[in-house]
Amino acid sequence: MNLIKLAWRNIIHDPLTLFLNIILLTLGIGLINFILLLNTQLKDKFEKNLADIHMVVGAKGSPLQMILNSMYHIDAPTGNISIQEAKPFLREKHPLIDKSVPLSMGDSHKGYRIIGTDHTILEFYNAEIHAGELWNNLYDVTIGAEVAKALDLKLGSQFKSSHGFTDDVDLEHDHGTLTVVGVLKPTGSVIDQLILVSTESVWAVHDHDHEAHDHEGHEHGDHDHEEHENGHAHNDNEEHDHAHDHEGHDQHEHDHSHDDHEHDHEHDHSDPNHHHYGEIAPRRKVNDLSREHLLSQTEKDITSVLVRFKSKTNFQALNMPRNINENTDLQAASPAYEINRLYDMMGTGTKALQLLALLIAIVSAISIFVSLLNSLKRRKYELSLLRVMGGKPAKLLSLILLEGLILSLLGFFIGMIVSHLCMSAMGDSLYERYNYPFKAWIAHGKEGLLFTGTILLGLTAALLPAIMAYKTDIHSNLSEG
Amino acid sequence: MLSTKNLSHSYKGTQAFNFPDLLCQPSETLLVIGQSGVGKSTLLHILAGILIPTKGEVLINDTSLYKQKTNALDTFRGQNIGMIFQKPHFVQAVSAVENLFLAQTMANKAKDTKRVHTLLDQLNISNRATAKTYQMSQGEQQRLSIARALVNNPKLILADEPTSALDDSNCNEVIQLLKHQAEAVNAALVIVTHDSRLKDIFPNQLELN
Repeated sequence: MNLIKLAWRNIIHDPLTLFLNIILLTLGIGLINFILLLNTQLKDKFEKNLADIHMVVGAKGSPLQMILNSMYHIDAPTGNISIQEAKPFLREKHPLIDKSVPLSMGDSHKGYRIIGTDHTILEFYNAEIHAGELWNNLYDVTIGAEVAKALDLKLGSQFKSSHGFTDDVDLEHDHGTLTVVGVLKPTGSVIDQLILVSTESVWAVHDHDHEAHDHEGHEHGDHDHEEHENGHAHNDNEEHDHAHDHEGHDQHEHDHSHDDHEHDHEHDHSDPNHHHYGEIAPRRKVNDLSREHLLSQTEKDITSVLVRFKSKTNFQALNMPRNINENTDLQAASPAYEINRLYDMMGTGTKALQLLALLIAIVSAISIFVSLLNSLKRRKYELSLLRVMGGKPAKLLSLILLEGLILSLLGFFIGMIVSHLCMSAMGDSLYERYNYPFKAWIAHGKEGLLFTGTILLGLTAALLPAIMAYKTDIHSNLSEG
Repeated sequence: MLSTKNLSHSYKGTQAFNFPDLLCQPSETLLVIGQSGVGKSTLLHILAGILIPTKGEVLINDTSLYKQKTNALDTFRGQNIGMIFQKPHFVQAVSAVENLFLAQTMANKAKDTKRVHTLLDQLNISNRATAKTYQMSQGEQQRLSIARALVNNPKLILADEPTSALDDSNCNEVIQLLKHQAEAVNAALVIVTHDSRLKDIFPNQLELN
């Protein structure tokens, strides 16, 4: 019958008190650990994905929303901007800009966002191809590692995109089947969660979709059809009533720098009920993914542009966002600044939560203290008995400290398990919200600190009762008993 | 063998108790009787090594109790002195048999399962070994406390009013068991009591007044 066993027996001798203590400890430690799990992963997500992007340019609106949308792929776009407007930032050889990349969004597949862009985006996230190739053709997609894993997509897999960012079959586009031609290596950044296509593919999918959605006739509808029919070679899909073609449309896009009608269709990706274009094109080459070609389509729309400056400390570069905001219809925002703002906002919330958790932890310490003190009163005679049987004062001290220690250990492990279980249970809904796979069974690196804290809490709560046990006056206790 | 010399004790600000010298040989029983308030408990605690007397000396065999250091005294007490109380007290959280094991480990002695079970058999409570002590009858509890006092084969057994809570048949049984067990380990037995039923059984008596 060693001390540890005796301490353990003493603890479980009073199940109700044990229950109360463990509930409080679990709550306190579990909450702290949960916040740590969530915070580290969120912070990790935000920091990993800064990707040396120094500026994001998009439509006017909330700068934070634009950053969240363009860099973290959470939240809706602020709107669209025309290539004409974005041209200065997309230009290669801009004196201040090292590289920039256009993003077009509005569609998703099973919750994973489809981003129309060019290959420059890979340089931002240091992404490399793992299998297959990059998206060079219309309706080609190259998918992030996480997408491939989660949706079990392989080279050659085909799917249709859905309008909007939620997984909703009803919003599936009727046209434009996308084909997986490549899978990227895992990077740990947001690109793992993206489905990458050419900007043209996004335009095209939407064009067809509008057609399908809008047979009643849109204000631009007939006009567009006519234009297509008149202006371009006909495609092979003439069986459609509207008898206009996407092949032609695509060609048209490539061949002409201006298409007065097309740009109308791109304005609002988030509105399913708008312009339509001709029937669908079969898979064919996008001949030109070059920046020059993109910039030639000045009336088309994209969502935003990610920019990396040559030097982020350059004075002119630093002033660029402000100049853009003041002098153009565009909005520019600095990710670092906005994310810090976000931290500040989240900070208040998590601080309040952390304070609450700390409070619960303190209450649990008080609860341990009070219950040990109570049990000491009840066990006064028992402790004297242990002394009579030869137990030294130090042994009684250790006994009570051990009881506090065992309680805190129990609370720590149960709290850890509960918080990880909660994370695991909430993972899916968090994924939907943050577009980031929160891992439930990972370490956040502060476990040691939490463990030490918990142990100290248990020992501190037990210290005074333990000292009282140490000072047990056998003679007077036995005389009373 | 237990002997005392010139023992006296005074609590703060009260008159001192002066105790006559005692002598109790191994296997002998000494009955200490007296009215309440004459210092019976004080004497018992001094003999047990849990109350330092103001004056005098307690010798168990050749060891002077209070000349040892505190830690050594604790171990000495656990190994050489067995105590039985008026109301049996146990560690509630553990079973009857574990209370006996606890007495061994607290005295820094190795766990001796055989000794424990022999005692339980002899005291006729082996069927209650795994019971919680508060589930046992008073007679069983008192027999268990005898077992605990004896588990380390002490040289001295001190019993504080061991029978005052028991009826006549239980009283007789407990006293006989106590006597036999003390003899079996060759221990000196000191019983402090005001129970007149015991006066006829033990001729060796000391009256405090």
